[in-house]
Amino acid sequence: MPIPILKQGSFLIATIQSAMSDSDAQRLQDELMQHVGRVRATGIIVDVTALNVIDSFAGRTLRTIAHMTRLRGADTVIVGIQPEVAFAMVQLGLTFEDVHTALDLEEGLAYLKRRTVSGDSADDH
Amino acid sequence: MTARSDASVPAPAVHDRSTEALLPQLVQHLRQNRTVLREEWARRITDARLLTAMTPEEIFSEATAVYDNYVEVLETGSVEALQDYARDLSERIIPRGVETEEVLGIVLLLRDVLARSLFEKYQSDFELFKSVLDAYEPAANRIASTVGVGFVQERERVIRQQQEAIRELSTPVLQVRERLLILPMIGVLDGQRARQLTEQLLGAIRTNRAKVVVIDVTGVPGIDSTVANHLVQTVEACRLMGASVIITGLSSEIALTLVTIGVDLSMMTAVGDLQGGIEEAERMLGYEPKPANASPADNL
Amino acid sequence: MTTEQVVPIGSADDIVIAREAGRDLAGQLGFSLTDLTMIATAISEVSRNMTSYAGKGELRLHVESRNRRSVLVVEAVDQGPGIEQLEHALEDGYSTSGGLGLGLPGARRLMDEFEIRSVNGTGTTVVMRKWAPPRV
Repeated sequence: MPIPILKQGSFLIATIQSAMSDSDAQRLQDELMQHVGRVRATGIIVDVTALNVIDSFAGRTLRTIAHMTRLRGADTVIVGIQPEVAFAMVQLGLTFEDVHTALDLEEGLAYLKRRTVSGDSADDH
Repeated sequence: MTARSDASVPAPAVHDRSTEALLPQLVQHLRQNRTVLREEWARRITDARLLTAMTPEEIFSEATAVYDNYVEVLETGSVEALQDYARDLSERIIPRGVETEEVLGIVLLLRDVLARSLFEKYQSDFELFKSVLDAYEPAANRIASTVGVGFVQERERVIRQQQEAIRELSTPVLQVRERLLILPMIGVLDGQRARQLTEQLLGAIRTNRAKVVVIDVTGVPGIDSTVANHLVQTVEACRLMGASVIITGLSSEIALTLVTIGVDLSMMTAVGDLQGGIEEAERMLGYEPKPANASPADNL
Repeated sequence: MTTEQVVPIGSADDIVIAREAGRDLAGQLGFSLTDLTMIATAISEVSRNMTSYAGKGELRLHVESRNRRSVLVVEAVDQGPGIEQLEHALEDGYSTSGGLGLGLPGARRLMDEFEIRSVNGTGTTVVMRKWAPPRV
């Protein structure tokens, strides 16, 4: 099931619909990398609100997306991790220290806009 | 098997004195003497000052139901109907303050009342009476135990529910400002309670769209490594939901525990006291912090 | 209520099926949403582990009864080469297949009980249990 990716200004928003198989995750990664280059996106939001499980593979994929897009000059924010998913992730040991997270789409966009307005490039921290 | 309608005539000297043969006779006897025996039992209950929380009419009504269930167990050998009744009875009488010893007391009284009645009937033939008791006693004891266990289980269930309700009420995740939550942790925590607090906190972050959480551990005397781990995991889980965490009230003991289990304290934002933590949180959110006890001479 | 299920795990797509099966069965036992998520995540990890080490295997689910409580039992069984260094496999961060190495130790943290038996050349069985809340 392809994951829809929308463009909003210079941001890309990928909304994961439901259970994400390994191949879905891989395809998301590939497509985002393509899009980022093509449209010169400065920010990416991956919305995982609909995911009821984030396991080590999904976690690894999301981190890879964040790292690789940073190399292309874009910030990635993962939004919408649900309470019970966050809980299970920390038990599992997935902590995403080096990946930005936000509560939801609204917060994610606010974060990206702050980054852009302040003139930070994606590799400043 | 012949039925006897007159209780004073001894049973025929049947050769078959097995339990299977005698139980139907018992059941017959108990059915025939139902009115008399129930009344005697109810009287004994009152004399023993049991079930004082109930009116005489209620006692008699329950006594009837128990009696009939009792006879049914003797007849069918199955305690299922009795179990259902015991659960139902317990659900009704526990809120009225009936104690376990009262419930056991009345069941044992019934056992005695019936045993005496059997003695009256079979006393002329002691061997037969002993066989009757061999048939009666195991069943009677099973009944007492079924009712007792049913009552106790129901009590345990009620207590669990009450504990759960208390836990819900006493968990304070407080919203003090827009997007700011405080979780004061109080008292000694065990792993289960710590976990529950985390779940509630994470749910509250979503509901309140909190961006900053202040976790105050001033009221926690000491934590073991299990709870320390929970604390760390809580902080990490909050971050996954986009909320920053400030820990306040870290005593040196707790700080030491955290360091011992390998927590990098520089990764946590810690502030000395709760008030300071709230102010720091407000700064993070872009509010002008309002010091609670400010006087012009205060330096912050 | 179904109380037993076996999900063949042959590819990564089966992992999702196994998770959902576990979630459904656990849902019938009265687990909280958090517990359901933990169970589904643990199933995901051990199933994934099977596909990495053994290529394929089975994810078996059933319910036990102990002390008047229901216990969800999850078994991941394969006939693969076996895990050579079991102690290492249970440490965080250790991985021979380039993953994060969180699978088995993570699954152990997510569940109440965890056992693993692995014999070189014969296969591996992971058994995990989670206790359902008492019926209130």
